[in-house]
Amino acid sequence: MPTGIFLDYVDPWVNWAWLSTHITLITDALQQHLLLTAIAVAGGLALSLPMGIAAHRWPSLRNPILAVFGVVYTIPSLALFALLVPYTGLGIVTAEVGLIGYTILILVRNLLIGLESVPPEVLDAADGMGYRPTARLLRVELPLALPAIFAGVRIATVTTIGLVTITALIGLGGLGQLIDKGLIENFHTPLVVGTVLSIALALVADLALIGAQRIAIPWSRDTTG
Amino acid sequence: MTHISNVVRWFADPAHWNGPDGIPQRLVEHIQISAESVAIGAVIALPIGIALGHYGRFGNLAINISNVGRALPSFGVLVLAFQIFGLGNLPILVALVALAIPPMVTNSYVGLREVDPDVKEAARGMGYRELAQLLRVELPLAVPLVMAGIRTSAVQVVATATLAALIAGGGFGRYVIDGFAQQDYTKLAAGALLVAVLAMATELSLSAVERLLVPRGIRLQRAPAARRATAFKTA
Repeated sequence: MPTGIFLDYVDPWVNWAWLSTHITLITDALQQHLLLTAIAVAGGLALSLPMGIAAHRWPSLRNPILAVFGVVYTIPSLALFALLVPYTGLGIVTAEVGLIGYTILILVRNLLIGLESVPPEVLDAADGMGYRPTARLLRVELPLALPAIFAGVRIATVTTIGLVTITALIGLGGLGQLIDKGLIENFHTPLVVGTVLSIALALVADLALIGAQRIAIPWSRDTTG
Repeated sequence: MTHISNVVRWFADPAHWNGPDGIPQRLVEHIQISAESVAIGAVIALPIGIALGHYGRFGNLAINISNVGRALPSFGVLVLAFQIFGLGNLPILVALVALAIPPMVTNSYVGLREVDPDVKEAARGMGYRELAQLLRVELPLAVPLVMAGIRTSAVQVVATATLAALIAGGGFGRYVIDGFAQQDYTKLAAGALLVAVLAMATELSLSAVERLLVPRGIRLQRAPAARRATAFKTA
């Protein structure tokens, strides 16, 4: 293990020999990273959809919801995790409460942008065709809001992938574990691998979501938030 | 409940308000490194964002900067800077500047891009030259989003400066990181509260500055910039 005991030893940025013997360490970290991100985005969507729809239907809810999650979004993640630890412990509950909380502002905001961008003529036409409010929402408004919703999911996913690394400080971290290992052992390879893979994972996830959007709603253009 | 009363007692203890590990000193450290990083970041980012938005070219570049900026793991960037530059304020400054740049580039780009082409044409018709048009017409109209970018960056930098304690930095992060290391949940919670309040205060005070700087004529015209600003959260 390179620890700088030998004065002439220079720690390379990537030690390929170490890398080849620690593949499972890296794939396990990657797996945890994906799991933490997937739970956060899926959980965020499950909470944001009803909240966003409620805020759209009852405009008096709109500002309170955006304000509350705006405050949550402003709290630095490390501080939020630290405040939660005495109640939810070191681990996945603390991590997900924070990560889901952060996705909600992004997702609700984009859902509202999408719903508000539906042209009034379209709503009139749907009413004229005899759609009831629920059917109009499900079959006309939400499909037209999908591009904005996808844009929100992309931002939430990329943001979460970056934030997951910080959960290393509460015993998780995904690829953040590798960054932490690099810091503690003063060893470049896991640090570089963790950082580079985290950026790569975010960009690949973003591209995958663009692909999913093209397949799911081929009529939409790319909209970036 | 004992946890909360312990935290209250921590804040009431005069020992925590004095000396090199006291709250006033940590506050000064936190604000100083954050302000320096945002200022240096703004000097680099604003001309780029404004130029890209004004000329309306390389729009993909601006969007890619925002995507990569959002993908940067602040923890990794800080530790990498530490490994490259060693101990001290330099690695922290470099990492924070790198994280401060993308929100300012993206938001100022969008701000200038969104200036109504009719307004630009009118400015041309009134005989404004390009530089005068940019400075007296486009920039004032873009102020809400340019400021939103600075505010977003500042809040992110204040948040990330907390992590700087991991690489021996000062600031409120010291309490959080030391609290974790010593399993002192009182110190941990006190530090976390200080960090959260500082982030909130940064957001609110820069929103107030933003309101002061926005020309009166466009204040009521559009949805608040806060709602249109591109979201960033890296720490």
